[in-house]
Amino acid sequence: MRILLGFLMILVAPFAGAILSGIDRFCSARMQRRVGPPILQPFYDFYKFTQKKAYIVNGLQWLLVWGHFLFVVLSIWIIYSGEDFLLAIFSLTLSEMMLCLAAYSASAPYSNMSAQRELLQMACTEPMLLLTAIGFYLNSHSFMVSDIVSCSTPAILRAPGMFAGLLVILPIELRKSPFDVSSSHHAHQEMVKGVTTDISGRTMALVELTEWFEIFLMCTFVGLFFAYDNSLTGYLIGIAVALAVMLVMTLTDNVFPRVKWERMLAITWSTTFIAAGGNLLVLTLLQA
Amino acid sequence: MGIIEFLIFFPFVAAALLYLLGNGEKIYKARKVIVKGSSLVIMASVIYLAVRVLAGNESGSFLTEANIPNYFVMGGELLLMVLVTYYGFHYHKAYAAVLSWIGTIPVLWLDISGYAVEGLPHFRVDNLTVIMCLVVGIVGGFICIYAVGYIKDYHHHHRNFPERSNWFLAMLFVFLGAMFGLLFSDNLGWMYFFWEITSVCSFLLIGYNKLPESINNSFKALWMNLLGGCGFMAAILYANIRLGACNLSQLHLMGSQSSPGLMIVVTLLAFAALTKSAQIPFNGWLLGAMVAPTPTSALLHSATMVKAGVYLLIRIAPLMAGTMTGVMVTLIGGFTFFAASLMAIATSDGKRLLAHSTVSNLGLIVACAGVGHPESVWAATMLIIFHAVSKSLMFLCVGAVENETGSRNIEDMHGLIVKMPRMAFVMIIGICGMYLAPFGMLVAKWAALKSYIDSGSVWLVLFLVFGTASTSFYWGKWLGKIMAVIHKSQALRDTTHIGEWEAIYPLAVLVVMMCMLFPFISSYLIQPVLNQMFDTIVPPVIGGSDIGVMLLMLSLVISIPIAGVVVSRHRSGITDQNTRSYMSGINAGDDRHFLNSYGDVQPLYMSNWYMIDLIGELRILKPCQMIAASILVIFMIIIIGGAI
Amino acid sequence: MKMTKSPWVLHYDGSSCNGCDIEVLASTTPRYDLERFGIINTGDPKHADVFLITGGINFQNRMVVQQLYSQMPDPKVVVAVGICACDGGVFKDCYNILGGVDKVIPVDIYVPGCAARPESIIEGVVKALDILKKKRDRMKQGLPPEEKGWAIANIRDGKALAAQEARINAQLKMEDEAREARYRAHEEAHKE
Repeated sequence: MRILLGFLMILVAPFAGAILSGIDRFCSARMQRRVGPPILQPFYDFYKFTQKKAYIVNGLQWLLVWGHFLFVVLSIWIIYSGEDFLLAIFSLTLSEMMLCLAAYSASAPYSNMSAQRELLQMACTEPMLLLTAIGFYLNSHSFMVSDIVSCSTPAILRAPGMFAGLLVILPIELRKSPFDVSSSHHAHQEMVKGVTTDISGRTMALVELTEWFEIFLMCTFVGLFFAYDNSLTGYLIGIAVALAVMLVMTLTDNVFPRVKWERMLAITWSTTFIAAGGNLLVLTLLQA
Repeated sequence: MGIIEFLIFFPFVAAALLYLLGNGEKIYKARKVIVKGSSLVIMASVIYLAVRVLAGNESGSFLTEANIPNYFVMGGELLLMVLVTYYGFHYHKAYAAVLSWIGTIPVLWLDISGYAVEGLPHFRVDNLTVIMCLVVGIVGGFICIYAVGYIKDYHHHHRNFPERSNWFLAMLFVFLGAMFGLLFSDNLGWMYFFWEITSVCSFLLIGYNKLPESINNSFKALWMNLLGGCGFMAAILYANIRLGACNLSQLHLMGSQSSPGLMIVVTLLAFAALTKSAQIPFNGWLLGAMVAPTPTSALLHSATMVKAGVYLLIRIAPLMAGTMTGVMVTLIGGFTFFAASLMAIATSDGKRLLAHSTVSNLGLIVACAGVGHPESVWAATMLIIFHAVSKSLMFLCVGAVENETGSRNIEDMHGLIVKMPRMAFVMIIGICGMYLAPFGMLVAKWAALKSYIDSGSVWLVLFLVFGTASTSFYWGKWLGKIMAVIHKSQALRDTTHIGEWEAIYPLAVLVVMMCMLFPFISSYLIQPVLNQMFDTIVPPVIGGSDIGVMLLMLSLVISIPIAGVVVSRHRSGITDQNTRSYMSGINAGDDRHFLNSYGDVQPLYMSNWYMIDLIGELRILKPCQMIAASILVIFMIIIIGGAI
Repeated sequence: MKMTKSPWVLHYDGSSCNGCDIEVLASTTPRYDLERFGIINTGDPKHADVFLITGGINFQNRMVVQQLYSQMPDPKVVVAVGICACDGGVFKDCYNILGGVDKVIPVDIYVPGCAARPESIIEGVVKALDILKKKRDRMKQGLPPEEKGWAIANIRDGKALAAQEARINAQLKMEDEAREARYRAHEEAHKE
């Protein structure tokens, strides 16, 4: 049953992610007092990329991009079939690593530079993602998602620090300012187009598709903090908060300039250390 | 003559044979046969031993009466002391000689004066011994096989070094013999003897090519390890005279009474183990050891020498659980894991990076042992196995690449996947084995994380999560460098020795196999260790559906390249087209050059990112050593002072 | 679904006086809002469908324009914005100007004006989309995207251009030979 839910969510995730991405662009436009593109714009972009020729730099790249895609999908499946949350994070890390390698394999200046920045971004997010998992563990004494959602108290009550930390690194995962140092979800930026600079056509379509999955995955991470007792209320609150967080991210994207990588490292690691680490300390002391 | 004595003596015999054979082109064939044969014999006998022990036919304690061997051990210790004294004075480094005296004379006095406790078994075989023997025997054996071809190439490229390759190979085998002795010994005095052999051996191996730098670094290794030996000596003295114990297993039995004196012994042993496993502040010797030929580094840093330290720590892990000593060891280990992985980011020399990474991973193992819970011991053992195999594979690959291209700098490995496709593929497996998801190291790290949380050590959890982040940064950079596909480059002639491949391929297969078989390794090899160590049935650490998901991930990882080959042969529809990479439109036609502002062709060079100014070794090594040293000193004063 | 709903634009400034560039940027501002057509101003030719060029072509940027064009995946269209991009404009007779964009790459839409107004730029891009669709359809049938082959038009300074190309090729060849020599030396050294 749970495994079926996992497969179902693999089908739902890209649509939900794409709509979220469309809403994001729409809201962003409205915040700048523009009309903005239609909500379905991400689908149009995706379709366009599938219709174009792929100009490839080497044969290795599309393989790695496929790996990037598959492991994000696996990550979604792991979470929705109630498996181990840590494994989902490992799978996500693996997938991001594949994208970096795809950029590296181009052996081109922009790709190379942003691949390394992407690695740095991963180094910025990984502690916090692991600590999020630890927050869930300390709440429900299990890394299994099925146990996390059926715990009697929602994780947000015991791990607010982890939640705060997660919000800080969320712009990195969603490729939004102020932390979009390797690649922005906007088309235009200083590193040309970051890790995807030398990816084109159908391969690029796959990267776009993966990004939708990632957006959905991040919403899931946020929503999981509010699930309790396997109850509908918990899930609804989770969905509502996830949507609200997405809106906040859009706002963040519009009001903050991009920071330098040193600032990014300092901000993310110190918030992780203080918020999540402090939370961890308190929880451990309470449980001892 | 049991299998134990055979395993200890046989390598010494092989070593003697190899040494007496001498050098030269003529004996090369014979030497190859001997090395390969003895390595295979060693591998076969450790497997035989493992099968017998696992089947329950051979375990327990041996050799209670050992008067004559005792004289041998004493003689050996004296010999080592004389050797170190000679070298110490010959190279004007008297401090090494003094340290050796301090370490050896009291132990000799103990044996002669009759204070030493006797009448207990000197050898012991249990599942932990078997695991370590498998690691040492199999990985060590492959390294020896590799060494034959390597050392030939090495002298081919470095003609200015005196050819002493017979001596070199002999030393490798002596090392293996000493390692086996160390693993089988239950008697602290005997363990100490083998411990000192490995110290001296590593000193001799590091100084192999007799350059001033090698000599300096070898003495660095010597004095650090002898300092640890002094700690070991003190532990033996205290245990024999005050506690009346001479065996590790005796200490275990005393653990339940938790006498304050016991903690002194445990702390001193832990100190010795920390020096041996190159934890900060003692990481200098391992970094310096990189001047030696590659098999030395591989043997010292992946399979044997450094593993001796963590082996001892795992042995005393249950005694450390929840004590101040445990806190000291976990703090040092966790700190080392984090700090060494930061320094690895700022390192571009391949071997040096591997050294930092070894130090860092050992830190993790040390921290696991210090926690002392069943889960953490599981993680520590798992880490030892996976680290030994993956790291030795990496060392051997870097050595082969250095022989081929003349450089071991990671920058020069740009585009290795085109230049040396086979080697690059194996290196990719090795690197993935070190840090990526479905592979072994990460499984162990996962268990470690779980046990850290359960034991409530907040600092350790934080060290682990931040250390993991920086670990994936430096490995990712290296992996990217290898995978870059450069336009207009071609495969180099592969001159890697067939003997080197004979070691590299099996190790690569081993890395992948072990990932697939890790549930079996866990339940048949490691679970019994926990049951023996904690005297209870310990529930499986990672089990249930997790294993299924892990295997799913692994099969995905493996199937991606295979699917790629199949799909690329049957592509239809809008076809792809090749193009050059984007360089703001000034690509000069190939991806290697661009047009500069004069309109001239200029070569392109892409460097990796090292952040030397932020976390370079020169910048943070000294402060880190200061911090770790002060932690160590303060804790030891508190523990020992408090106990006395 | 039409692929013309998401045309991504690559904007390149040839040797313009920046008047037209300002207008191109102005058309992305809230007042004109290019994005409501799904148009995005991207920096990467490999993602772009529409190549928007302002200013004439000179010796320095000729190869850049050609390379960017070659790196855009088919189907693609080129829009020349402003009179300089159309045929050289007031700079036409300068010593270094080759002329309009169509001297070096095929142009699909010409947007005249000095400077071209945002309204006309947007109209030009939208008109180009029809051509983009036609090209896509041709490509799907397995035909080349263009109806007739396009060659560099009869340029006044053909000789100088040939010399420029020859110089670069000679330099590249030298580099290639040096690398080949290094490679061979390495192979020699490793021949047992």
